[in-house]
Amino acid sequence: MRPTLAAGLTPVRQTFDSGAVVIVQETSATPAVAINAAFLTGSNEEPEELVGLAYLMGRVIDRGTERRSADAIAETLDERGVTLHVGTTRHTTTISCTCLAEDFDDLLSVLIDVVRRPTFPEEELAKRRAESITVLRQDADNPAVRAGEGLSALLYGDDHPYGRPPKGTIGSLERIDRAAVGAFHARNIRPSVLSIVIVGDVDAHRAIDRANEEIEGWNGAPATPIVVPPPALPAIRRERRIVMPGKAQSDIAYGFTTISRLDPRFYAYSMMNNILGQFGLGGRLADNIRERQGMAYYAFSSFEPSFGEAPLVVRAGVDPNNVERTLEAIDTEVRLLGEAGPTDTEIDETRAYLIGSIPRQLESNDSIASFLQNCEQFGLGLDFDRRLPGLIESVTVEDIRSAAAEVLRPERASVAIGGPDATDGAVA
Amino acid sequence: MTLPAAVTTAAPVRSEYLANGLKVVVREVHTTPLVSVWCWYRVGSRDEGPGMTGASHWVEHMNFKGTLNIPREQMKGIVERFGGMWNGYTWIDETTYVETAGRAALDHMLFIEAERMANGLYEPAECESERTVVISELQGGENDPDQLLDIEVTAAAFRAHPYSHPTIGWLDDLRAMTREDLYAHYRRFYIPNNATLVIVGDVDADDVIGRAERHFGAIPAGAEPPRIRVVEPAQLGERRVTIEREGTTAYVKLAFHAPAATDADFFPLLVLDSVLTGAKGVNLWSSFRSAPPQRKARLYQALVERGLASAVSGAIMPTAEPFLYTLSLTALEGVPLEVVEAAALDEIERLRREGVRPDEVRRAKRQLRARLVFENDSVTNIAHQIGYFETVAGPDYFGAMQSRIEAVTAEQVSQVATRRLAPATRTTGWFLPIGAR
Repeated sequence: MRPTLAAGLTPVRQTFDSGAVVIVQETSATPAVAINAAFLTGSNEEPEELVGLAYLMGRVIDRGTERRSADAIAETLDERGVTLHVGTTRHTTTISCTCLAEDFDDLLSVLIDVVRRPTFPEEELAKRRAESITVLRQDADNPAVRAGEGLSALLYGDDHPYGRPPKGTIGSLERIDRAAVGAFHARNIRPSVLSIVIVGDVDAHRAIDRANEEIEGWNGAPATPIVVPPPALPAIRRERRIVMPGKAQSDIAYGFTTISRLDPRFYAYSMMNNILGQFGLGGRLADNIRERQGMAYYAFSSFEPSFGEAPLVVRAGVDPNNVERTLEAIDTEVRLLGEAGPTDTEIDETRAYLIGSIPRQLESNDSIASFLQNCEQFGLGLDFDRRLPGLIESVTVEDIRSAAAEVLRPERASVAIGGPDATDGAVA
Repeated sequence: MTLPAAVTTAAPVRSEYLANGLKVVVREVHTTPLVSVWCWYRVGSRDEGPGMTGASHWVEHMNFKGTLNIPREQMKGIVERFGGMWNGYTWIDETTYVETAGRAALDHMLFIEAERMANGLYEPAECESERTVVISELQGGENDPDQLLDIEVTAAAFRAHPYSHPTIGWLDDLRAMTREDLYAHYRRFYIPNNATLVIVGDVDADDVIGRAERHFGAIPAGAEPPRIRVVEPAQLGERRVTIEREGTTAYVKLAFHAPAATDADFFPLLVLDSVLTGAKGVNLWSSFRSAPPQRKARLYQALVERGLASAVSGAIMPTAEPFLYTLSLTALEGVPLEVVEAAALDEIERLRREGVRPDEVRRAKRQLRARLVFENDSVTNIAHQIGYFETVAGPDYFGAMQSRIEAVTAEQVSQVATRRLAPATRTTGWFLPIGAR
C-alpha cells in the first residue's frame, strides 16, 4: 500500500549525464500515469521573421520519427486511448499525456522518440500548417483572443518576444519550411533543457531506469541562460480598439507589465492579484463589475509570470454599450487598491485561500505533474509544497501595499478592446 | 487488456435516503486530503415551457446571490477561506453545485448546500442585476460561430421536445421573466426529494451521513415537481439550417437523434462515435477539456488527413430522454462546405453500408475503458460522475458502464449506424462566414 499525499509530495529526482532530469511521484488513486516532458525552450527562441516557428514545430513533432511512421504513432496512441498534448509557450515546449499504468512503457517510448527523433515529413508539415492557418483565422474572429494579443502588443511592442503573436501570422507560417523546423528542433530540443515528470501508479526507480534507457546516447548543446529583455515602461495610458462587426459582446484586456517568477516579490504580487481579481468570483473587480453592476459574466485578473517581466491582465466580457462604464470600474478598483492597499480581512482571506488550496493543486496525477514541473523549471525544490505555506505566511501587509502601489496605476495602463462598435446595432 | 480494479465499480458506495427523500451518496477515497461535495437537482432546461426558457440556469445563478443565513457578499468566500473551489452548472436534465476543499471545510460545504436548497433570498434587485449578467453570458456565447450554429441546429432538430431550446434560454425570455417566475421555479424543484447529495473524499461514510442529516434533515419534502411530458415525433426528412454572418471560418454540423442513456442503443452509439471521431468519455465536467485519441478514427482520416477540415469532433452524452448525436466539422481555409459535408456523408454512408470492422470496435472499447479511468482521476471527478448518472440515468448505471461497453458487439454498432444515422433523421447546419463590413 502506497502512502497517501496527506503529508505532502514525496518525489524522487535524478539528473542524467546529458543534463536531463527525471522526477517521479508515485500515487495510487487510479491505475494511470501522467507523463509531462518539458523543454525550457519556446517561442522566445524563434527568429523574428519566423514568428510561430515553435508553435508549428509543436504541431508536427509527433507526426513521424526515424523509427516510427506517423501512422505507427497514431496506431500506438489510439490503441491505448491516449492523446499526446503538445504545448508551446514563450519559454517552454511541453509534450504530455495520461495513459493506463500498463501502457506506461509503450507511451514513454513513443513520447521520447517523437521529441528526440522527429523527421517532420513534408506532407505532414503541409497539413499541420494548413490547420494552423485555419486556427489563426478562427482566432482572428475571436474578440477575446484579439483583445489579448492586442494587449501584449501594446505592453511589449513588436520588438519584444512577448509582443509577438505566439502562433505566428499567416504570412510567417507560410514562410516556415521543413528546413527551418528541423533546424529549430536541432538547436533547441535537447536533453540539457529537458525535465520529465512522471506521476502515477508506477515504481519510481523502475520509471527512472526506463527514462534513462530512452534518453541514453542523446546529446546536444548545454543549457544557456534564458534572456528576456525588459519591456519599456509606458509613461502614459495606451488604448487600442479592434472593431469586429457582427459580434455580440466586447472583450476587454487591460494590464501592466510586472515582475518575473524568479523575483522574490512573486508571493506579494500573487496575493495582490488574488485580492484584485480572483478571490470569490473574481475579487474586487467581479464584485464591482458583475455583482454590483451586473455588467459582465466574467471579470477577473490573472498573473502567471515566467522568466520575463510578465503581465498582470484584467479581463472582462461586456455588452458593447457598457465598455466605457466597465473601464471606469476597472480604473476605480485598480486605483483604490494601488493607493490604499488591501484591508486586513482581504489579506487574511487571500492568505488562507492560497495556503488552503495547495492540496487541491495536487488532486490529480496531471495537476501534480504540472506542479512538479513548475518546481523544477523555477528551481523551487522538491519540498516546495511543504515550504509554500511558509512563503505565503511571510508576506507582510507592506509587501502587498508596495506591490500594488508599484503596478496598479490606471494612468499607465494598456487597454485593448475587441468587439463591435457600440453603435453597430449587432446586439439585439 | 485487464483493468486493475475498475474505477467505476471498485470502491464501495454508501447510499442512504433521509426521511425527507434526499438521497445521500458517500464514497470514501483516502488517497488525498480532500472532500468533494456535489448537490444535484433533477431540473434542467427540459423543465422549461414557453416563455420560461433559461429559468433553470438563471435560478442556478441566483443561488450564489445570498440566502437567509449567508449574505451575498459572503456566499462565494466561505469555501475559499479553506482554499476550496466552488462552482455550478445547468444543462438539459440537471442543475448541480460543487465544492471541493480540505476535510475541515466539510460542514461549511454542507451548510451552503442546505441553505441553497431551502433558503434562497431572490431579492428583486439581485434578480435584476443577474438578468444582465446572464444576458452577458449569452452574448459571449454568440461571439463563437460554432456555438451559434449548435443552438440553431438543436432548435431545428426538435419540433416538440423542450431539448430544442438552449440551456441559457432565448434572449426575449430572459428579458421578460420576473423575479416571481424565478422564485416559483426555484421552489418547485429545489426540494430534498428532487435532489441527490454526493460526497467523495477523505471522510468516514457513517460520519458524513450523520452530518447530512443534521444539515438537511429539517428541510421538508415537497410535492413531486410537475414534468413536461413530450415525445419528439419521428423526423421524416432531412432539415437544413444555414447561418450567414460575419466571420472567418466555415463550419458544418450533422445532428442525429440519439437514444436516452437507458436505451439499449446508447452504448453501441457511444462505441460508434469512438469509431468515427475517437472516444471522449462521458464526463461532462472534464472529458471535453482534452482532445480525444482520434488519429485513426474514420472521420479524422476522411477529413483532416485528406486536407478538407482542420478539426472533427463528435458529441454523444448520456441524457434522461433522447437528445442528439452531433458531428462538428471545421472547414480548412479555402475548402467549400459542400466538399466537407460530402466527404463526411460518404464516410458515414460507407459505414452504414459495410458496417464496422471488429478491429475498430475493439479499439473503440479500449479507448472508452481508458477514458473511464482518466475521467475518474480525482475526488471531484468521481463525485461528479456518481451524481450525474444518479440524476440522469438512475442508480446502478455508473457502476455497470464498463461491462455494458464491454458487451457491445460489432453487429450492434453496425445496426445502430444503419438506423440512427439515416439521412432522413439528420439535421445539417452550415455556418458561412461573410466578409466583415
